[in-house]
Amino acid sequence: MTVMEQRGAYRPTPPPAWQPRMDPAPLLPDAEPYRVLGTEAAAKADPELLRTLYAQLVKGRRYNAQATALTKQGRLAVYPSTTGQEACEVAAAMVLQERDWLFPSYRDTLAVVARGVDPVEALTLLRGDWHTGYDPYEHRVAPLCTPLATQLPHAVGLAHAARLKGDDVVALAMVGDGGTSEGDFHEALNFAAVWQAPVVFFVQNNGFAISVPLAKQTAAPSLAHKAVGYGMPGRLVDGNDAAAVHEVLSDAVRHARAGGGPTLVEAITYRVDAHTNADDATRYRGDAEVETWREHDPIRLLERELTGRGLLDEAGIEAARQDAETMAAALREHMNQDPALDPMDLFTHVYAEPTGQLREQQDQLRAELEAEADTAPEGGTHR
Amino acid sequence: MTTVAVKPATMAQALTRALRDAMAADPAVHVMGEDVGTLGGVFRVTDGLAKEFGEDRCTDTPLAEAGILGTAVGMAMYGLRPVVEMQFDAFAYPAFEQLISHVARMRNRTRGRMPLPITIRVPYGGGIGGVEHHSDSSEAYYMATPGLHVVTPATVADAYGLLRAAIASDDPVVFLEPKRLYWSKDSWNPEEPAPVEPIGRAVVRRPGRSATLLTYGPSVPVCMEAAEAARTEGWDLEVVDLRSLVPFDDETVCASVRRTGRAVVVHESGSFGGPGGEIAARVTERCFHHLEAPVLRVAGFDLPYPPPMLERHHLPGVDRILDAVGRLQWEAES
Repeated sequence: MTVMEQRGAYRPTPPPAWQPRMDPAPLLPDAEPYRVLGTEAAAKADPELLRTLYAQLVKGRRYNAQATALTKQGRLAVYPSTTGQEACEVAAAMVLQERDWLFPSYRDTLAVVARGVDPVEALTLLRGDWHTGYDPYEHRVAPLCTPLATQLPHAVGLAHAARLKGDDVVALAMVGDGGTSEGDFHEALNFAAVWQAPVVFFVQNNGFAISVPLAKQTAAPSLAHKAVGYGMPGRLVDGNDAAAVHEVLSDAVRHARAGGGPTLVEAITYRVDAHTNADDATRYRGDAEVETWREHDPIRLLERELTGRGLLDEAGIEAARQDAETMAAALREHMNQDPALDPMDLFTHVYAEPTGQLREQQDQLRAELEAEADTAPEGGTHR
Repeated sequence: MTTVAVKPATMAQALTRALRDAMAADPAVHVMGEDVGTLGGVFRVTDGLAKEFGEDRCTDTPLAEAGILGTAVGMAMYGLRPVVEMQFDAFAYPAFEQLISHVARMRNRTRGRMPLPITIRVPYGGGIGGVEHHSDSSEAYYMATPGLHVVTPATVADAYGLLRAAIASDDPVVFLEPKRLYWSKDSWNPEEPAPVEPIGRAVVRRPGRSATLLTYGPSVPVCMEAAEAARTEGWDLEVVDLRSLVPFDDETVCASVRRTGRAVVVHESGSFGGPGGEIAARVTERCFHHLEAPVLRVAGFDLPYPPPMLERHHLPGVDRILDAVGRLQWEAES
């Protein structure tokens, strides 16, 4: 007799019933990035919207060129360009209502400007005279965020708070492909899904985190697939197709506003310029790759669509260019003025009321400035 | 004058009462953290709040400290006044990036346009027999971060008053709760809670003439005990409870040291790079000509926090404090 026989027949109790908490299939992104331009879907697109997008893209491209030029003239300390990514930048701003909030990363000054922030104020961080140049509450744009993905939980908290107060507000948070590896990306998406917060997470997959290509960043089938793990839909879109980006982001915003919870949108795009003016992209990628993407340029794609359908002519193209030149000239003029600096500002906004030691340090700096002024040659400055 | 029947209350109860009163007074106050809702927190400080105010006001969050503090930032941006609970000192570390890169400097980054009134409650310190990662004294990290207030109560009444002040502050406050004092009792009347204490004021807990013990949080009762024991040695020790490490009350501290001429800083945190170094430097810079002896430090050893069966050798106790007092160059006086 075996031990089992002695004890009688062993009948395990069945484990508690288990079932998946939801059907993952509807959350999955499409197999291909969604496209509108050059497809049948283009016929359904609003011509007025396409023309507006075009004008914004042309302006955005000129803005990128002007900001890059300003670094060469020493007027900006650094500029991370979004040349080639204008469709994403512009659409992100356009899909939001006035009451909504935008949470940009440091690369997204174009989206911030497209949202209505004064370009000089948007570039203050990169000029270096203060950190955030604009009032975040004026256009409902959070400060440009440098530590990667750390602004994403802020977007979730703000959207959650708005919903608790009964306000109809959506937050759209921008991040790059590199940022999706950060822990804050994970925590933000998880919180957003658990709270069903009205947030759109917008990943611009531009191929590189400075020099590191996506293959070294993730083994996921796509970044949009990550959404499924959090229980939110993931959407994949051609990031150089302005009409497609606008449509997918609009749908996600509408979904969030209707109480449907967050969406993760991945836009496939490409950073045509180097990481910043201080970067040398030839060390990690070849010209041929860049050329391929120049062919798939967001402005070119939209221009082809519009002219092909008779919605845009040479005069229209010229008008858009002129408009962009006017913007660039104004930006140049404003950025060529020296910013007003007051070193005593350093102490003004550390706390609501300065602490005792800050007051002492403030006095110290004031005395140093006065001593400098006394010894400065005639007409000399502190700068 | 009518006398009120005063029942002893614990520090944990006073903290609960402070949260409850703050939530009742201001609908913008939201409590959030791990296990703070249904369970009432692992130390029961949020007991009953979810029931009374609903789960939207006292929220069990996912288990992720950076996410908790990061979402609290967004909530504060939208006008709420989040009170975040970090379950234990060492579990607050994942939230450090949010704390240092955003919470502490959002006011500064935005030229004062976006202040973040967030209170971060952190149970801290040892002496409760906690296993690894449950007994850290992390105050030096917070003190070294401009933009934060760092506050820690040592009495039941202060627990109430200082937490109310922290929640009312328009600046972020790291509110360090000495976990071994959670169950300490004091005559405190919850029906007439103490007034809100201003942040940034130290208090003389015990007046004395011979030397000053500068201390805070969990080390205050130890110093009070040491001061009693010192009487047999003929020393009349003054005990100053700092209550707030940032802002630092130089005035009260220096007034005491100038009176006594001698000072010992006492805390659980390690001495190298710990708060005592800063305090001793400030006292020396301001009171040099009144000092009869160098300012000494009695602190935890410079070790990773020890296992519970060895922690009593690590924590500053009465004997170690009295040894330090004995080294304050009394020879010159005899």
